[in-house]
Amino acid sequence: MAKTLSTLLAGLLFGFGLALSTMMMPEIVLEFLMLNDLGLMLVMGGGIAVATLGLVLGPKLLKKPVFAETFDRYTSGISRNMLVGSALFGVGWGLSGVCPGPMLAGLGVGNWDVLWGIAGMALGALAHGLMHKPS
Amino acid sequence: MNILTEPFPYGWLHYLVGGMCIGLGAAVLYVLTGRFGGLSPVYTTTWSFFIKHPFFHQARFIASRNWRLVYALGVVLGAFVWWLLLGNGERVTTTIPGWQLLLGGLFVGYGARLGGGCASGHGICGIGSFHMPSVVAVLTFMATGLLTANLITRWF
Repeated sequence: MAKTLSTLLAGLLFGFGLALSTMMMPEIVLEFLMLNDLGLMLVMGGGIAVATLGLVLGPKLLKKPVFAETFDRYTSGISRNMLVGSALFGVGWGLSGVCPGPMLAGLGVGNWDVLWGIAGMALGALAHGLMHKPS
Repeated sequence: MNILTEPFPYGWLHYLVGGMCIGLGAAVLYVLTGRFGGLSPVYTTTWSFFIKHPFFHQARFIASRNWRLVYALGVVLGAFVWWLLLGNGERVTTTIPGWQLLLGGLFVGYGARLGGGCASGHGICGIGSFHMPSVVAVLTFMATGLLTANLITRWF
């Protein structure tokens, strides 16, 4: 229960931030990618700076997470899939300004058109799963 | 507009504070539950509720599918809270046509899952953890994103 509530709280903060920073509007993401506005850099910079406090200091100061037994760790390296996937992600991002988190935030502010983006991402993820073996 | 003389034509404070809220969400999730708060996996794990294909029934997806939905619900509600407190009373709209969102979404969904993360996964959580492969991923999608957006504007 504590874990579920923590997860919900974290999502609330994340979604509030996506809305406050206007990242939930695909237009603003495209304004960055067309280099008309550098706001996305401030969002990333501020986000990384604060996230690092938890992600790096957390495991140093705590033996385990407050409501769980272990901290997840990154194990993935640089692979062909990672490079190709990221490149394709960028193509879609540049085509539309669509991004997994911001579109969910778009729902919360009544921007129903983002359902097109969410449907696209769900179908893209479905295609990825159907085309790959379990690993 | 010129980004050298006017880098933030829409103001800058809401970007910085909003970004810090996003980072706080990722930090809170990790410190309290040990989980990374990327948002692209939910688009894969949720399929396990609907289809039987073995890819979607891997143990790591089944184990995380519930909390990822709770997290995604939190993101929707968090944006709704912003709308209640700071919105202008009207719902937000977009000028980007549905077909463009759908087409872009297809690439984004496929690419994020193949590439192991998106702007929140590789960007905020990966770089925030000093995970070097995530830096490479972010530089890659920034580069193709910049190229695509600029080519599209030039051609259409």
